[in-house]
Amino acid sequence: MHNTKKNRLIDKSFQFWGIGNTFIGIVLLAIFIGYIVYLGASRLSFDFLSSLPSRFPDKSGIYTAMVGSVWIMFLTAIFAIPIGVSAAIYLEEYQKKNRFANILEINISNLAGVPSIIYGLLGLQVFSRTIGLGGNLLAGALTLSLLILPIIIVATREALKAVPNLIKDASYALGATKWQTIRHQILPAASGGIMTGIILSISRAVGEAAPLIVVGALAYVPFVPTSPMDDFSVLPIQIFNWISRPQAGFIVNAAAGIIVLLVITFSMNLVAILIRNKFEKKMN
Amino acid sequence: MPTTIIESKDFNLFYGDFQALKNINFQAEENTVTAFIGPSGCGKSTLLRSFNRMNDLIEGVQTTGETNINGISVYDKSVDVNELRKRIGMVFQKPNPFPKSIFENVAYGLRIDGIKDKHIIEEKVVSSLKKAALWDEVKDNLKKSALALSGGQQQRLCIARALAIEPSIILMDEPASALDPISTSKIEDLIYELKKNYTIIIVTHNMQQAGRISDNTAFFYMGELIECDDTKTIFTNPSNLRTQNYITGRFG
Ligand SMILES: Nc1ncnc2c1ncn2[C@@H]1O[C@H](COP(=O)(O)OP(=O)(O)OP(=O)(O)O)[C@@H](O)[C@H]1O
Ligand SMILES: [Mg+2]
Repeated sequence: MHNTKKNRLIDKSFQFWGIGNTFIGIVLLAIFIGYIVYLGASRLSFDFLSSLPSRFPDKSGIYTAMVGSVWIMFLTAIFAIPIGVSAAIYLEEYQKKNRFANILEINISNLAGVPSIIYGLLGLQVFSRTIGLGGNLLAGALTLSLLILPIIIVATREALKAVPNLIKDASYALGATKWQTIRHQILPAASGGIMTGIILSISRAVGEAAPLIVVGALAYVPFVPTSPMDDFSVLPIQIFNWISRPQAGFIVNAAAGIIVLLVITFSMNLVAILIRNKFEKKMN
Repeated sequence: MPTTIIESKDFNLFYGDFQALKNINFQAEENTVTAFIGPSGCGKSTLLRSFNRMNDLIEGVQTTGETNINGISVYDKSVDVNELRKRIGMVFQKPNPFPKSIFENVAYGLRIDGIKDKHIIEEKVVSSLKKAALWDEVKDNLKKSALALSGGQQQRLCIARALAIEPSIILMDEPASALDPISTSKIEDLIYELKKNYTIIIVTHNMQQAGRISDNTAFFYMGELIECDDTKTIFTNPSNLRTQNYITGRFG
């Protein structure tokens, strides 16, 4: 009797503790977003989205940085998705489960946790200097691909793992080869999870500034990049640059830039959630 | 002289260090139904899966001895395991339709076999659904998701799917254990019907079911085949005491 009471008390206090902590997170985020919107909303306009950067805050826009971000997103996806997904398929479906596989798995998970600036340093040495790409889009995208590869691999493996063995067995029992089973059963069933992982990892890449700065992306780009070999800037770097300027007008620009970046990443995450829900429904 | 279609000779199977099948000698003749019975964990599913080499999919499985299907030694290096499985249909304990349409479920085996001709595929899908006694219930909804069917319908769909590739053997691992009595009796009727053209092995925990549908019954105990005989003989006059105890419900 006494114990039940005590347990119930512990249960209740933990519940309140949890609610409190959740609340702190949400409130802080709401204050932050509210403040950003308050600061930057008035600056949002077609002009802001379509102007090149300038010395004058109210003439300055994020066009080049936005185009740079789109390029980076596109190129990073081209490199990271095929490599990441096929690596995951190999590791999950073909690799024998032995010690080597275990070590590999742990290391890939660890790579997903390495600070992004370290990837920047790797990209600087390998892509910018050794291969000689300098600070162009290609070098930036390759660096970010390295950054998100482990995330894509881990997410894809989770999605592949979630495909019921029953379905694989049914396919094999009909005489399907491993590849046929992967191609016609496993990948379609896992595609929701895989797509979610890809979108989340790309939206992470879009928000990165540090590794690109290390690789040599520019803060001030008075032109729109038109090929992967062009120099570039991206939204987070542009924002970072504006924040470090003394004029108050640039702070407003930075706030407006953050709104644009938030809208982009939030919509990507939303799409990811919608895809996941849709596939979950289809599988049940 | 009846033809032996399935034959295990001095067959042993190991999961790593654990020996799940011990020196199995078993035969099944053409167009007969054999029931596998025995307590849980005695190796019924394992032996069933050894016929179409589904055990290959489990890491660490080793076998010794011989398994012959239609006179071909299936563990021989020269045997193409995918071709082998195409000649043997398999139905699992839990209905496991693909998350696709009813039509595509049945067509799957044909498509992976490289058949492209739409008419051939359609014809075989229809005839397989008819053979599986499901046609009347789904003929207007072939595009519907297979997952929307009831459990019993799903299981008959899985049977249709297995029949579409025109196997000569059907292996069933407790195909009715997850189904209600009406669905179960439909499956049993179906097995009775299929027996005319197929050699069937069925694992079951249901003694009445074994008695109703099988010609022969094999009793397994701890990885050994204790005895295999006419179903009537096994149920009325088994030669082994353990068989008798199991059938009369004294253990297992
Ligand atoms: N993948 C596996 N790895 C290791 N051991 C296994 C594996 N599958 C089965 N076994 C073992 O092999 C033995 C036989 O298993 P099997 O599934 O063939 O039994 P069963 O007669 O079909 O039992 P049930 O009636 O419960 O389905 C059991 O002891 C089981 O624990
Ligand atoms: Mg079993």
